[in-house]
Amino acid sequence: MSKGFLKSSIGKKMVMGLTGLFLISFLAVHCFVNALIFFDQTGELFNQGAHFMGTNWIIRAMEVVLFAGLLTHIFQSLILTLENKKARPVGYAKIDGAANSRWYSRSMGLLGTLLLLFLIMHIYHFWTPSRLGGIANIKPLEEITYSGNVVYHNLYAEMINVFHNPVAVVLYVLGCISLAYHLLHGFQSAFQTIGLNHKKYTPAIKTLGAVFAILVPLIFASMPVYLYIAYK
Amino acid sequence: MGSGNGQMLNLTLKVWRQKNGKAKGSFETHQVSGISTDMSFLEMFDVLNEKLIHEGKEPIAFDHDCREGICGMCSMYINGRPHGPKGGITTCQLHMRSFKNGDTIIVEPWRSAAFPVIKDLVVDRSAFDRIIASGGYVSVNTGNAKDANNILIPKTAADAAFDAAACIGCGACVAACKNASAMLFVSAKVSQLALLPQGQVERKERVLKMVSQMDEEGFGNCTNTGACEAECPKGISLENIARMNREFLGAELTTAKK
Ligand code: HEM
Ligand code: SF4
Ligand code: FES
Repeated sequence: MSKGFLKSSIGKKMVMGLTGLFLISFLAVHCFVNALIFFDQTGELFNQGAHFMGTNWIIRAMEVVLFAGLLTHIFQSLILTLENKKARPVGYAKIDGAANSRWYSRSMGLLGTLLLLFLIMHIYHFWTPSRLGGIANIKPLEEITYSGNVVYHNLYAEMINVFHNPVAVVLYVLGCISLAYHLLHGFQSAFQTIGLNHKKYTPAIKTLGAVFAILVPLIFASMPVYLYIAYK
Repeated sequence: MGSGNGQMLNLTLKVWRQKNGKAKGSFETHQVSGISTDMSFLEMFDVLNEKLIHEGKEPIAFDHDCREGICGMCSMYINGRPHGPKGGITTCQLHMRSFKNGDTIIVEPWRSAAFPVIKDLVVDRSAFDRIIASGGYVSVNTGNAKDANNILIPKTAADAAFDAAACIGCGACVAACKNASAMLFVSAKVSQLALLPQGQVERKERVLKMVSQMDEEGFGNCTNTGACEAECPKGISLENIARMNREFLGAELTTAKK
């Protein structure tokens, strides 16, 4: 492979698609672990799940890869978007976009930016206290001891705490809506970009993508709503 | 000229006027009346230009050649869409019955850094020619022509190659794309040869060179919105773009740097 690959339009798009698919795999795991809150009112099940995710060294190592992947995805999207703007220096007076494409497929940069704003808030809410809580006392978390004398962060209590605020609940729901539309285009688009388009499989990929893009953000959005209502 | 369903249209046209590549350019408004619904969009422009010439004004420059949907010259961005409101056709195949009496029609040139405006609605599409010249060809043996049926080609491959070869290089894909990307055009040209036995000799070299030339010309990056496929007058499929991406990755992975 030549050095030029990562500089070529197709190479850059493939980086975008592959990092996007990697982020999607993270979302699936994240959604599964968080959904544990629905299966145990005491929060113990979720706290144990979160404890595993926070202490298992393979997962901690993947967390570094995850941040690198996210930063690459954002950085690459910025470069691509700037190049795309340059490719049409004089715009049209009238564009009938709805006639040939979906609005969210044309708004991936905007949806991604909304997602980024959401992620900054989200990381501040939960990742900072759980991973950096000890350091410099940034929002330290309440601790809880379950059987076996292992001390757990009580992230469940922190979730209840954060979602006591209706503004946070609304912002999280909006973040999930941005995610849904970003994925509605992005999931199938990533497959097309890496060259996987086949009459036999593409319809299934598109269906799977749409189901994922709606189901996962819906499950995520139901968490703050549920906790807000349950602990009002 | 027949009068269609008997209706004559009076229309307001807002047309992009630009003296040359360097001039600033702006919209000019013209009224046209007595336009038959049987006329093509280009014939309506002929009527307007004749009027302008009679008035001693500069006629509007626009590209056209075959006027039967096969040459791809008639680039006009009409009311927000390349080749106007009907899918699957070029501007010369667009008839005035697609408009209503009293309509205002906005006509702009293709907008892309790689397609600079030459004058009014005429753009320079030689970027496409340079992409073809970079690799869109096959080597052939000299000497007597071979028997046409000497080389066996699966029907599915022949059909897919033929579909890709239907591209007329009109540039509507670039014009429609929010990123002014040329991926549909280039992928059609890569595919039509990559699918056939005759195209195998230069297969890897071709995709590398054509993509590199495409990037050099300043076209944008595809984001798979599908606007190109929806606006292409020849129904070129997005499958070609995925194929080109595969071809490109494969060639990159297996070609040693010179
Ligand atoms: C942090 C903010 C983010 C920004 C700024 C962002 C931005 C973008 C942009 C501009 C594109 C290109 C549009 C396109 O190719 O159609 C894109 C594509 C994509 N994004 Fe994101 N994104 C973000 C987060 C995410 C996240 C969290 C995920 C997944 C969970 C994701 C998954 C994808 C996928 C799958 C694609 C499609 C790649 C392709 O078309 O080849 N993005 N993103
Ligand atoms: S792919 Fe379609 S829209 Fe693009 S140049 Fe070829 S015929 Fe025109
Ligand atoms: S003039 Fe040839 S395609 Fe329209």
